[in-house]
Amino acid sequence: MTTFLPVRLSPARLRSRPRPRARGAFAAWGVVLPAAALSGIGLLLVLSATRNEPGSTLLQRQALSVGLGFALMWLLSRCDLRLLRAYVPVFYLGGLAALVAVLTPLGRTVNGSHAWIVLGSGLQFQPSEFAKVGTVLAVAAALGELRDGERRPGAGAVLLALGLAAVPIGLIMLQPDFGTMLVFAAVTGGMLLVAGVPVRWFAGLAASAAAVLLLVWRLDLIRPYQLQRLMVLADPDADPLGVGYNATQARIAIGSGGVLGKGLFHGEQTAGHFVPEQHTDFIFTVAGEELGFAGAACVIVLMLLLLWQGLRIAGRSPSPFGTVLAGGVVCWLAFQTFVNVGMTMGLLPIAGLPLPFVSYGGSATISAFAAVGLLAAVGRRTASA
Amino acid sequence: MRRSAHRGRLAVLYVVVTALMVTLLGRLWFLQVTTGPDYARAATESRVRTVALPPVRGEILDVHGGPLVANQTKPQVSVDYMALIHQPDGGRAVLTRLAQALGRPYQEIADRARLCARDVPRPCWPGSPYQPIVVADDVSARTALSIAERQEEFPGVSTALRPVRTYPLGTAGAHLLGYLQPPSPDDPPGGPELVGRDGLEAEYDRELAGRSGVREVAVDSTGTVTGLLREQAAEPGDSLVTSIDARIQRVAEKALAGAVASARRRGEPADAGAAVVLEARTGRVAALADYPTYDPGVWTGGISQRDYETLPLVSSAVLGQWAPGSTWKVTSTAAAAKAGYKLGATYDCPGSYKVGGRAFHNFDGIALGRMNMRRALVVSCDTIFYRFADRMWRRDGGLKPVRHPKDPMQAMAKQFGFGVRTGIDLPNEAAGRVPDRAWKKATWERGRADTCRRAKTGYPDVPDRKRAAYLKRLAAENCRDGGVWWAGDAANFAIGQGDVLVTPLQLARGYAALANGGRVISPRVAKAVVRPDGSVARTITPPVVGHVDVPAKTLRYIRDSLAGVPRTGTAAAAFKGFPFKRLSVAGKTGTAEAYGRQDTSWFASFAPAGHPKYVVVVVVSQGGMGASTAAPAARKIWEGIYHLSPKKKHATHKKHKKHAKHKPAGGAR
Repeated sequence: MTTFLPVRLSPARLRSRPRPRARGAFAAWGVVLPAAALSGIGLLLVLSATRNEPGSTLLQRQALSVGLGFALMWLLSRCDLRLLRAYVPVFYLGGLAALVAVLTPLGRTVNGSHAWIVLGSGLQFQPSEFAKVGTVLAVAAALGELRDGERRPGAGAVLLALGLAAVPIGLIMLQPDFGTMLVFAAVTGGMLLVAGVPVRWFAGLAASAAAVLLLVWRLDLIRPYQLQRLMVLADPDADPLGVGYNATQARIAIGSGGVLGKGLFHGEQTAGHFVPEQHTDFIFTVAGEELGFAGAACVIVLMLLLLWQGLRIAGRSPSPFGTVLAGGVVCWLAFQTFVNVGMTMGLLPIAGLPLPFVSYGGSATISAFAAVGLLAAVGRRTASA
Repeated sequence: MRRSAHRGRLAVLYVVVTALMVTLLGRLWFLQVTTGPDYARAATESRVRTVALPPVRGEILDVHGGPLVANQTKPQVSVDYMALIHQPDGGRAVLTRLAQALGRPYQEIADRARLCARDVPRPCWPGSPYQPIVVADDVSARTALSIAERQEEFPGVSTALRPVRTYPLGTAGAHLLGYLQPPSPDDPPGGPELVGRDGLEAEYDRELAGRSGVREVAVDSTGTVTGLLREQAAEPGDSLVTSIDARIQRVAEKALAGAVASARRRGEPADAGAAVVLEARTGRVAALADYPTYDPGVWTGGISQRDYETLPLVSSAVLGQWAPGSTWKVTSTAAAAKAGYKLGATYDCPGSYKVGGRAFHNFDGIALGRMNMRRALVVSCDTIFYRFADRMWRRDGGLKPVRHPKDPMQAMAKQFGFGVRTGIDLPNEAAGRVPDRAWKKATWERGRADTCRRAKTGYPDVPDRKRAAYLKRLAAENCRDGGVWWAGDAANFAIGQGDVLVTPLQLARGYAALANGGRVISPRVAKAVVRPDGSVARTITPPVVGHVDVPAKTLRYIRDSLAGVPRTGTAAAAFKGFPFKRLSVAGKTGTAEAYGRQDTSWFASFAPAGHPKYVVVVVVSQGGMGASTAAPAARKIWEGIYHLSPKKKHATHKKHKKHAKHKPAGGAR
């Protein structure tokens, strides 16, 4: 393992910069600890949400996912950024290959999205989660390769980055999974921002996105059921017994928790299974009901700490690649958290996105830990740069 | 350089990320702290289901404790309207299966499960859509069980043992007892499943209904019951003991139906009728029979649209109003006595008497010679009363009335309780009418504009030109002085014709006042409210609401006079062969003319004449003469009350078996 990390083997570098290394180690702990705390809370909440289902193995499965996630995080954190940079095509193309595989007979439809690959009994994964890692790396590589004297990526780099992001977005659109698509779009936008791409690019992007939407609309490229799904996304009341029911029940569960909550494992709405998908996308409602404002706010604050530490790592990274990569990861986690928690509280329409670290779900948990691993790697580079 | 550029962009991200998380925290605070209690309530509502436990409604008993309305426990099948309409096919498949299981046509079940609206014919559900809708209430226990066992095939269908109202007397007393219906959407929610809509069921609804119990159960999101939180048993309703004597009620119904049938045999339309039996001294109602009547059992379960439209829901006894005819002469005689005419003096009874330039005739125009007031009542002489009325009218100033006319006849009629509701403990009652100068003027003024227009334009819409011309003349006359209380009006009033209106119940209580020495009582059907444990919650005494200001001597004279009517007077034919030695019946026939209709047949009576116990009043609308239709029916009622039936010994009246009190049905759903 350590043979892949030639930088760390150089005793001269270790000796020459002791202080930054300590700072880097601190930075890595700053993201690892909140992630670990969130996944610990997540395990308790999954246990609570499934406590009335005898024979449920969801807790064990989630614990396994967290374990695997930790391992992957540790692995990535030990990687030198330059090494990661070298393997970007592998990550990226691997993610794309999985996304394509979903469209073959290997794919399965769950909750209306053809987003799953099933490998034998009980072993299934969601390629779009792994594609997130690959895409963040690829876009960061495209935007972080500054030629000498360049202060910001040139037009070619920006176009390359957009192209790299567009391919997975297009593939996910075919599933369709609008929530994940939005995450990709938000992350790409965030990375363009961090990379220092001029503002006029953003204006151009917004205009062309509008044009594409208009074109899709006018040319009837969108199928009626897809349109319907979009409409429900925009207006939950359009389907009161489907998505709207979910939103209402989620708000009731959270609101009834009050300041201190009903106590872990004592949530009556949770026990009665009033909120559908409660252990996955709506796990935050369990926190809201059982832990109250005190506990649920802790979840948000932990995530905020993680995000701040991530931004701190981004700011300290001497390489543009590291900065943009860390910024992308922060955007990913922030956007997904905001959409997930926002939808459970009725702030946003319902989009099927898990709450990173907390929601039940193997692929999402492992990829979230991988994201923290990337942050740690960038932090490490800080230490050894 | 480069780093600072990134710094600036990262600072933007710092702000954005922090703002997003703070937004979430703010929203969380709003949900959990600001509006938290509301959501806590909503959570309780979605988690706790309240099941009402219907109480057993109290019985209605007759004076001997026999049931007039009882309960019988039967399995009922109900559907949950809200659950049905949320099924993809609107519940059609479930109802089809249910109809099959019940062995009924689908349409019948579907009709009963729909909600009543303006253009929805019966059967339909008049209650709230949130209540279980009863679609079958005569189900065998085996069928009910098989439906209950296959819940997965019948989502939204429930079965339960429920008490059903039964009517041991059949059609007897249908109007009196009333009926039950599911509460209308206007009723306050959360009330009982059925509420009294007419008769005693409505009047004493609160006491009969009892108190609903409540069972709160915890449910999960699929509605599966996960535990019992609280249960409060239903309190059964109180029973109502009435003064109705089931036997007399049946006798009265039978006599009334017989009178109607015999009148029809004689070619009279006989479209309605009533028989009232009052306890003369107490004012309690012993029987209240109506014609036409109906089977109160039709209300149990869904009523068909045809039944609903054709049911005679109006009680003739309390809502029917007719001119009283000669039965009215009792008050006129009392008024004359009070005005100073000696009852024992002799008065001439010519064949006709001129009032205001117009001849008013005796009933058949025959002069009967000189007679005292006893004879005048027995033979029902009209002209003597015309003369009294004419004199009194002139004493009050005639066409130019004095400022405060005495109107002795009207005053006396009002003393006897006419012209106002009796206040009986039944909903809906007509007030009758005691017309006088003021009434006639007011009525004329109301219709004056129309009358005067007709006086000008005539009646071009009437094809018969002679008749049109007559109507125009009449309108002109009316327009000019239709509001004048003529001497003729006074004369008509004195013999209970013209614009006088009374209900059978009013006439009965007027005669009760005559019989009991002048006490005007507000009649009561109910005697006592009895709790389920047998203790008396309250007793009901008919209140005395007025007094006839006439010397006892005068009342006795009139009573004695009326005792001659069935023996030798106008009702002698009807009472031929009656055992007067065993029961001396006193009464008065009445034959009231009704414009454009056949005469109203009346007989008002009381017995025993010396010390009256009961008052019996019979009326048959368009039934011909009082002597030929109403009087024989009254005779039959008297024979029934006192077991005087000459033909056969009265069948020993079966002792009522008191129905066992049912335990609350428990409301299992």
